[in-house]
Amino acid sequence: MSEPERAEPVHWTEWDRPRERWLLAEHSTHGWPRSLLLEVSTRVIFPTVLVVSLYLLFAGHHYAGGGFTGGLVAGLAFVLRYVAGGSAEIAAATRIRPPVLIGYGLTVAVLTALVPVAFGEPVLSSAVWTLHPPVLGELEIVSSLALDIGVYLLIVGVVLDLLRTLGAGIENRELERQHEEEAEPL
Amino acid sequence: MLVAIAVHFAVACVLPLVARRYGRWAFGVAALVPAGTLGYSFLRFTPGDGPVTESFSWAPRIGLDLVLRLDALAMVMIVLVAGIGALVLCYYACYAKPGGSDISRNSVLLLVFAGSMLGLVLADDVFSLYIFWELTTVCSFLLVGGDGIGKNVRRSAMQALLVTALGGLAMLLGLILLGVQAGTFRVSEIVAAPPSGTVVDIAVVLVLLGAFTKSAQVPFHPWLPAAMVAPTPVSAYLHAAAMVKAGVYLVARFAPGFADLPAWWVPVLVLGVWTMVLGGFRALREHDLKILLAFGTVSQLGFLMVLLGTGSYLAAIAGATMLLAHGFFKSTLFLTVGAIDRRTGTRDIRELSGLGARWPAVAVLAGLAAASMAGVPPLLGFVGKEAALEAYTGGGPREVAVLAGLVLGSVFTVAYSLRFLVGAFGTRRGAKPAQPQAPGAGFGVTIALPALAGLVLPLVVGQVEPLLAEYAGAYPAGAEPYHLALWHGWTLPLLLSAVILGCGYLAHRANPVVLRMSGWVPGPLHAQRGYHRAVTGLDGLAHGFTGRVQTGSLPTYIGTILLAVVLVPGTGLLTGAVDGGVPALFDTWLQLPVAIVVLVATATVLLARRRLTAVLLTGVVGYGIGALFLVHGGTDLALAQFLVESLTLVVFVFVLRRFPSSFVQPHPPIRSTRWMKATVAGVGGVFVALLAVLFSGNRPEPSAASTEYLQRALPEAGAHNVVNAILVDFRAFDTVGEIVVLAVAATGAASLALATYLPRRRTGAHPREDEPDQETEEHR
Repeated sequence: MSEPERAEPVHWTEWDRPRERWLLAEHSTHGWPRSLLLEVSTRVIFPTVLVVSLYLLFAGHHYAGGGFTGGLVAGLAFVLRYVAGGSAEIAAATRIRPPVLIGYGLTVAVLTALVPVAFGEPVLSSAVWTLHPPVLGELEIVSSLALDIGVYLLIVGVVLDLLRTLGAGIENRELERQHEEEAEPL
Repeated sequence: MLVAIAVHFAVACVLPLVARRYGRWAFGVAALVPAGTLGYSFLRFTPGDGPVTESFSWAPRIGLDLVLRLDALAMVMIVLVAGIGALVLCYYACYAKPGGSDISRNSVLLLVFAGSMLGLVLADDVFSLYIFWELTTVCSFLLVGGDGIGKNVRRSAMQALLVTALGGLAMLLGLILLGVQAGTFRVSEIVAAPPSGTVVDIAVVLVLLGAFTKSAQVPFHPWLPAAMVAPTPVSAYLHAAAMVKAGVYLVARFAPGFADLPAWWVPVLVLGVWTMVLGGFRALREHDLKILLAFGTVSQLGFLMVLLGTGSYLAAIAGATMLLAHGFFKSTLFLTVGAIDRRTGTRDIRELSGLGARWPAVAVLAGLAAASMAGVPPLLGFVGKEAALEAYTGGGPREVAVLAGLVLGSVFTVAYSLRFLVGAFGTRRGAKPAQPQAPGAGFGVTIALPALAGLVLPLVVGQVEPLLAEYAGAYPAGAEPYHLALWHGWTLPLLLSAVILGCGYLAHRANPVVLRMSGWVPGPLHAQRGYHRAVTGLDGLAHGFTGRVQTGSLPTYIGTILLAVVLVPGTGLLTGAVDGGVPALFDTWLQLPVAIVVLVATATVLLARRRLTAVLLTGVVGYGIGALFLVHGGTDLALAQFLVESLTLVVFVFVLRRFPSSFVQPHPPIRSTRWMKATVAGVGGVFVALLAVLFSGNRPEPSAASTEYLQRALPEAGAHNVVNAILVDFRAFDTVGEIVVLAVAATGAASLALATYLPRRRTGAHPREDEPDQETEEHR
């Protein structure tokens, strides 16, 4: 990507020209059916949904939400990207492989379970700390949040794995068939 | 003692590194562990001071403890397990080919085996006893199986595993029954205050089944000769000194408590004597030295079984002596065979000739061991056999019958001992004398030590006797105390010994006759054929059953599950008291429209002709359920329900791409099957609905658990959201279990989906893996 040149003012007719690509895998040649509307809305909605999923994760201990719900919401955000851009889009959006993500989630959860043992407590017991940071006022942190984070990561990993295997696997097979059908008349 | 067992496993973990660096010296390193254990046990235990116990709380809430108890019997076994174990490991260091591929594997397995065996003889609670018991079984399977190349090896390993594991399971059941009846799972307590009754009789038979399979008693004996495909040091350790003694040990362990029960002594004496005679007889016709020794072991195990299971002071002390003697002489003989095999390349007595002249020292040592086996004075085997014969003289008809059997078995023992010696070391007319290289010092020392132990121990029998007598002390001694000695005066056992030796020599001379007639075994009594019949029969049964049950038809599976759900809890429901009040028709008006939507969607699913429509309509049902949750104020549940429903729809749509779009079947089902399906589905649906109504009617207010959760959520978990508090705090263990299941399921589904896809990709014309790379290249 070229660097934005600040010195040169942009002409007013160019103001609404998109300066970045809508989707990461915009130039993909996979033959995925594209819809501009869907891509634009994905661009807008995706970060928002992720923020909502994080909100659900952290709010879960007091309001509706939790690691499971948060993870599902984040997963659905990726589903949206998949619908808009296909498997190439998922591959471009996530550097980390889904099984690895599942493993991280599981590790975080199990470690959370084991940490209390080091302090002489039973497995999986939780502690509550109350902090007073300057701006936020009173902040209550519960150690079981770590377990929720583990669940969150694992669920995101599972959804991505579904997209990778069921989605991309079948999609490639479909595209392969299309290629074959196109090749046959020749 | 716990540390000693742990050290075995810990050192086994680092052995592969040693093996990679120093090759076969890994066996030498491994040998240090049992040698140390032997020394340590002698320091800990002195006869007369009572047993030493150690316990380790394993799962205290459910009363699971690991209890170790070092008593006289355990000490005798440790001499074999650790002493012979150390010798065999040293021997293996010479036996193994330098740079052999199985050094690392076999050294680890042998050491793990030694640790398991040590745990087995020390364990005082039935559960750790069983765990160590099965560990030895598994190690034996892996050692016999080797690298698994060759049908013969695999078949032998499998037979040893099947037979001994079957017995192990029976033993576990028997031990648990015994423990329940006695009210304690400590072996020493069960034996000290044995329970009685029919259940105990059954339990005793089950325990004996374990002992018989492990110690290769008739009719389970064929696995032991078959297991001779293992490397000779492995056979020497597992099949002569250690593992096969586990069954005998178990009998010796429980005999003080149960020897008077007919369910105990009838099988022990009958099968023991039978095994002794049959094993000895079969050994007479074998040409392979190792298999000859294996049948000899079978025979000796029968002998030990009889002695240790009889339940008298004399028999017990004779049994303990023979236990030691057998460990010593049989390991010497096996190790000798290993040296012969390695140096000459054959174990067949028809091909060996002139070895005695070339290897006089080895021949003398092996001769000592074989003489001990035959019961020639002044060796340890003679001392044991004298005591054994003494134990059965002057008794009732039962004792006389056993004595007759033991004498016959001993005659065969003498005969096959001679056959072994002459076959291995004799010079045959017409055969070319072998010119092998002499065995090295390592071979020599390890062969000499147990052989000389059998010669020296009788001379210092006064030092050994306290240990053996302490085990036998569980039984009342006779009027005149018996002491182990080489000379008791002119007694009946001495006469019998002389007769046995004489007849044994004659039997050896008459061997050609024996050879001719011993091929004949009555069909139904052929144990190996019986084993094959049982295994193939089981295979056929499993094949037929699977074929009937796993038809591959999804409607059949679901129908079966539904019917089971209706029948099993349904009958329970009908017989149980169901007198809950009728619940209200609905709680709020909002439920009505939602319910109508759900019902309409359900009815429409049945009419749908296209798959996508059906999927979307089931989605509507799911969202409706979520809406019902919402109406009741379960925001958390509703949220989860909506999200899962959405994700399910997406996954469904992914999968549907592979299906034809309509539900059109090439062969429309017959009318009757359609009606059957409809009936099953209808009954299942009605049942579930009924269940929901009954349950909600029976529980008008929140359960005690719910109120408890609600009260404790804030103070204990610091949560306003009870659902989340339950998930991550109160029942967090469940959550961890569930996410593990989820991870496994996702991985499984991924592998299934990719497995159908990848093979095509490999043969496909378009290597798609490269494309993303090309793409990034272009962007740069």
